[in-house]
Amino acid sequence: MTFEELMEQQARELERQRALSRRIYCCTAAGCVSCGAEAVRKAVAAEIKSRELDGTMEVCGTGCMGLCSQGPLVRTSDDGALYGNVEAADAAALVSAAPADDPRLAQRRIDTSTPFFVKQKKIVLANSGVVDPERIADYIAAGGYQALAKAVAEMTPREVIAEVRASGLRGRGGAGYPTALKWELVAKQPGATKYVVCNADEGDPGAFMDRSVLEGDPHRVLEGMAIAGYAVGAQQGYVYVRGEYTLAIQRLQAAIRQAERERLLGSRIFEDTFQFRVDLRIGAGAFVCGEETALIASIEGRRGQPRQRPPYPPESGLWGKPTLINNVETFANIPPILVNGGEWFAGIGSAPSTGTKVFALAGKIVNTGLIEVPMGTSLREIVFDIGGGVPGGGEFKAAQTGGPSGGCIPAEFLDTPVDFESLARIGSIMGSGGLIVMDKTSSMVDVARYFMEFCMEESCGKCIPCRAGTAQMHDILTRILKREATRADLEMLERLCVLLGETSLCGLGQTAPNPVLSTLKYFRREYEELLPAEHSAAGGER
Amino acid sequence: MPPDASKPTATVKDNREKMLERAMSRHHYSGDALIEVLHAAQELYGFLSIPLLQSIARKLRLPPSRVLGVATFYHFFSLAPKGEHFFQVCTGTACYVAGAQSLLDVLERRCCKSGGTSPDGKVSVQSARCIGSCGLAPAVIYDGKILARLTPEQLNAELDRIGVK
Repeated sequence: MTFEELMEQQARELERQRALSRRIYCCTAAGCVSCGAEAVRKAVAAEIKSRELDGTMEVCGTGCMGLCSQGPLVRTSDDGALYGNVEAADAAALVSAAPADDPRLAQRRIDTSTPFFVKQKKIVLANSGVVDPERIADYIAAGGYQALAKAVAEMTPREVIAEVRASGLRGRGGAGYPTALKWELVAKQPGATKYVVCNADEGDPGAFMDRSVLEGDPHRVLEGMAIAGYAVGAQQGYVYVRGEYTLAIQRLQAAIRQAERERLLGSRIFEDTFQFRVDLRIGAGAFVCGEETALIASIEGRRGQPRQRPPYPPESGLWGKPTLINNVETFANIPPILVNGGEWFAGIGSAPSTGTKVFALAGKIVNTGLIEVPMGTSLREIVFDIGGGVPGGGEFKAAQTGGPSGGCIPAEFLDTPVDFESLARIGSIMGSGGLIVMDKTSSMVDVARYFMEFCMEESCGKCIPCRAGTAQMHDILTRILKREATRADLEMLERLCVLLGETSLCGLGQTAPNPVLSTLKYFRREYEELLPAEHSAAGGER
Repeated sequence: MPPDASKPTATVKDNREKMLERAMSRHHYSGDALIEVLHAAQELYGFLSIPLLQSIARKLRLPPSRVLGVATFYHFFSLAPKGEHFFQVCTGTACYVAGAQSLLDVLERRCCKSGGTSPDGKVSVQSARCIGSCGLAPAVIYDGKILARLTPEQLNAELDRIGVK
């Protein structure tokens, strides 16, 4: 395909959509599907057919619309109205002349002027809920693949990297490493064979951001990967995706096929010498494979065990070749950066954390779902304005970010801006974006034990500090909860925190103590209260 | 197929073998594709028996120890047949906070320990890492379908219905 053909396709599809009197968008992301979205979509399609409205109305599935707690969600294009808890029985009203006037639908209508909607800023999720992820024409109509066209036709690889550097984009997988720096490292390696890998092994419990992006806008990730391939000089990309994400896998497979058919992936992309293929690798259920060297081992068909670094993957990765590994959300940010320029992106958020971040809100919060906010938004805005606070007027106790590598943030830090540095300062991490709210009913010691059990089970067993240390820490935490532990046990727990952090081979073991450390720091009293009375005389300064 | 096919089971088995062969040839019998091949094998046979692993090792020219090592490393692969019904309890943070443990307790008390199959082969139980449906917590995947906001009472009722004692 040439650039002209791409623009022509866009114009044609936009024209087609404009000719319709209404497009009915049904959210068909995993959350809505599991509460009956497919039945709604089928009912609407049948209704359109039986009323012979084929040429004037159409129904299409979309990615996550965000407010998962009120699924299935449906939006109508002509008036932009959003409806929640929709049932198949509402199909007739949805295709009627004025759906908003239907009394049942009026009740289901969701007010989109609330903070949940207006306080968000969507870059990564711009197309989620707007385009049909199973149709490449929809993505092209929304301006898709124009960033890749621009990169290949008008820019040198060096200029692409300069644009990413200007954006200040940092890795969205959790650690926040500057993306352009990583790209440069791979680009300057000698050799003709290099790889681009998209890490979609989203394993943190309570995190479903990457899943939603892959399900809702798979082409955006593929386009980001292809641009990265052009910038670093790679011809082959892999998406390593969790085996549990069946819907994301299906949509990615379909998206790759469509892009290849349109010659947007494969050889001679935009009539240039640039070629780039993408293949899927399906994970088999091992949390540690989110660690980059373990992920590489897994793509090579081996046990997902990490290895010592250096050499880092940019020097020696897949099959010993230079390999660029970025997270789903990082790649999804690339096309808009190239289209709008790095400076535009750098103007969003709070330097040195630029851009936006997608969060998955879950736990004791009214609006569970998927949100995207500028970096630097305060935790209070996220939990109370956007999230709607704790249901039933309960009291906020802590927010957990960063999954098993992160920490619990108590109420006194609610005004902390959410960016890489600020979260690290209060003993948590940004992580990949899971944010779980806990109220007074959650025991923080139990939460710490829960994450330790997770790390213990997911430890790959290669290094002893992690393999034996997580088991010991889990044992102590369990005994504390049973009120069988002594003060000496608590001290041992703290010593083990330091030991694991300093001596484990990879990130899993190094960060496994974080949930314990942060709960000890902010909720020490809960630990002390569980010690038998004679041992806790001095306890509880907080 | 003739109308009175005398050995229907053999035909089915042949077919599965052929499909597995096709999966391997698609990856050029490369040892790097071991995980893809194991995925295909488990999908076809339901679980990975030792003879099956041995034959995969032979075809991909890998030491049997490596094939067994990989098959046992990943949670996804099962070396024993699954029960008639399969419960996967999500134990992600959101589900945990919402009471997933009480659901797991019910299943472990009435059926078998997590990761196992009940002695009568009726039910397999597994805890799953976050299934990404946190808005539906606590969630259980029951024979491939998601049960949202499940209570121990509902779970007990379903176990009664399928005849678990």
